[in-house]
Amino acid sequence: MADYAASGETPEILFWVGCAGSFDQRAQKITKAFATILDKVGIRFAILGKEESCTGDPARRAGNEFIFQMMAQNNIAVLNGYEVKKIVTACPHCFNTLRNEYPELGGHYEVIHHATYLQQLIDEGKIRMQGGGTFKGRKITYHDSCYLGRANDIYEAPRKVLEALDAELVEMKRCRSNGLCCGAGGAQMFKEEEKGTTRINFERGKEAVATGASVIAANCPFCMTMLTDGVKEQGKEDSVQVLDIAEMIVQQMA
Amino acid sequence: MHIIQELLFVIAFGIAVYLFYRKARQIRQNILLGRDVQLNDNPAARWKNLLLLAFGQKKMFRNPLVAVLHFFVYAGFVIINVEILEIILDGILGKHRLFAPLLGGLYPVLIGCFEVLAALVIVGCAIFLARRNIVRVKRLNQRELDGWPRSDANYILITEIVLMLLFLTMNAADQALQLRGHEHYINTGAFWISGGFVPLFSGLSDSALIAIERGCWWLHILGILAFLNYLPYSKHLHIILAFPNAWYADLRPKGKVENMPAVQKEVQLMLQPELAGTEAAPGDIPKFGAKDVPDLTWKNLLDAYACTECGRCTAACPANITGKKLSPRKIMMDTRDRAEEIGLQIAKTGAFAEDGKTLLRDYITEEELRACTSCNACVQECPVSINPLHIILQLRRHLVMEESSAPQEWNMMFSNIENNMAPWKMSPDDRDKWATEMNG
Repeated sequence: MADYAASGETPEILFWVGCAGSFDQRAQKITKAFATILDKVGIRFAILGKEESCTGDPARRAGNEFIFQMMAQNNIAVLNGYEVKKIVTACPHCFNTLRNEYPELGGHYEVIHHATYLQQLIDEGKIRMQGGGTFKGRKITYHDSCYLGRANDIYEAPRKVLEALDAELVEMKRCRSNGLCCGAGGAQMFKEEEKGTTRINFERGKEAVATGASVIAANCPFCMTMLTDGVKEQGKEDSVQVLDIAEMIVQQMA
Repeated sequence: MHIIQELLFVIAFGIAVYLFYRKARQIRQNILLGRDVQLNDNPAARWKNLLLLAFGQKKMFRNPLVAVLHFFVYAGFVIINVEILEIILDGILGKHRLFAPLLGGLYPVLIGCFEVLAALVIVGCAIFLARRNIVRVKRLNQRELDGWPRSDANYILITEIVLMLLFLTMNAADQALQLRGHEHYINTGAFWISGGFVPLFSGLSDSALIAIERGCWWLHILGILAFLNYLPYSKHLHIILAFPNAWYADLRPKGKVENMPAVQKEVQLMLQPELAGTEAAPGDIPKFGAKDVPDLTWKNLLDAYACTECGRCTAACPANITGKKLSPRKIMMDTRDRAEEIGLQIAKTGAFAEDGKTLLRDYITEEELRACTSCNACVQECPVSINPLHIILQLRRHLVMEESSAPQEWNMMFSNIENNMAPWKMSPDDRDKWATEMNG
């Protein structure tokens, strides 16, 4: 973003990468896939790079409002400093915080999750698919992340993106507003689960594997980690892949 | 004789209404123990919620079969109130079937409709009893329902069945007397359901029939007045509070967590004093989060009183499904129990003083609070717009900000965010390493 600012240009969008997308090795692949799509389509995008900080989502949900406010106010100062108007992110937690929680702290942006953005690019004909691609005819099940689904009522956009792959979409029993959490939200990603009969991601992994799908489509880097472990627990890591929708699109783009 | 009956009725009615009013006022006071929040914006959206969620029971239809049965019981109870109006007026004025001459041929049709509803209420309640006690549906038999809550549910269903049976028996005896041309029992024409049972009464004398008719009439109306006063002590209060609760439901996206302006201001003073304004910080140190019922909002407490312990929240909770202690329903039940406890103390001593107990720990444990993934499934499921997550997050805020009580991993996460701007121990300089890799 600093480079754009220095040259006096304005990018079309700011790609908010998020901490997982920046540091987590698995999630970096999603980041790269999404950036590749943007490049291929010819979208002029910027990232904040080293100036980006955690949105504060996990701190706020764990109960630490001070850390949340520190992160949020810093980020808003940076974003407002660059006069950012439109943000796209591949993380539903960042999406929710930027979209719903920053405005009352003075951060007003148009915030779009990459599922919605990809759908728009497909609808506009900017992303075109190869015929007979990798996913054609394969069974895919889609896992609704809580922060895209229930938290923000976005259920159709990611499914529309998957339709473009010409695959067979099979739903889990608990889907859309009934979707079962992967177990990572509310700062659970960063701690051990409480004592119980099983782990939440094992429960969800079992349900996803039971659909017979060979690909579990996700839209969230935390769900990605949780579901990958859930599939391993079922002993299916060789036959069932967990992929982000951006990774799937990039594989089949013309 | 008539005067005595009228007098007795007026006294019974007066006592019932007074007692209900007194308890309702106390519950209102308990709800207002909570801190204030403004929930009056966007009346159009609130009317929509009231009509769809409360009157239309939209969310109940996520499980259509149960929803239909519940709708019968609900419609039965609401519509039969018209009949109760006649009964009350009859009682006060010493008349019998006051509306019959006014409505003429329409009267038996109206009563017939009420009778169909009464029969549907009996069927619905019987199936609900079976689901609780024979089929033993999981969400209706979980740990937090042991003891009083389980009995409460059964008492409600049994009472509703008994009241409806009394209503039908009263009508049948009435028609038997009508057929014999008893002067007091004006001819109304046959009623649809109780009409079929008239032959059962053929062997009885006039006086026995009158005793049955009067007995049922009295038991029915006294039962209803008693039930009215049972409501505020029971989970069944939802039949009233579901309506205000739908109106005051949070209209913001479910993912939005309530802001804390006091913390916002403090951090602003630290980071950007020029933006924070010049007014002095408030004198008293604000409390962070909630430890006890008065720290919650009045809407949280209204939620607690509106909860009918159906357990749809708990059945959808990922933590509960996987055997953790957290149950969103228990969060609501605990909040209500604690509000009642504080209310009782205030009624006795005139004010709330520390009683050595708090909602946090004495009712809701840290282990329960820690297990929440903030997935909003409980909020999504609740047919009467209750938000258990809001309470959980406020209690978590207290734990972390007032007591510095957090799991070690969370403390690590906090310090990583503070120092590295990411929840992991990663160098901020590596944040865009992926981009360098891509270009390189």
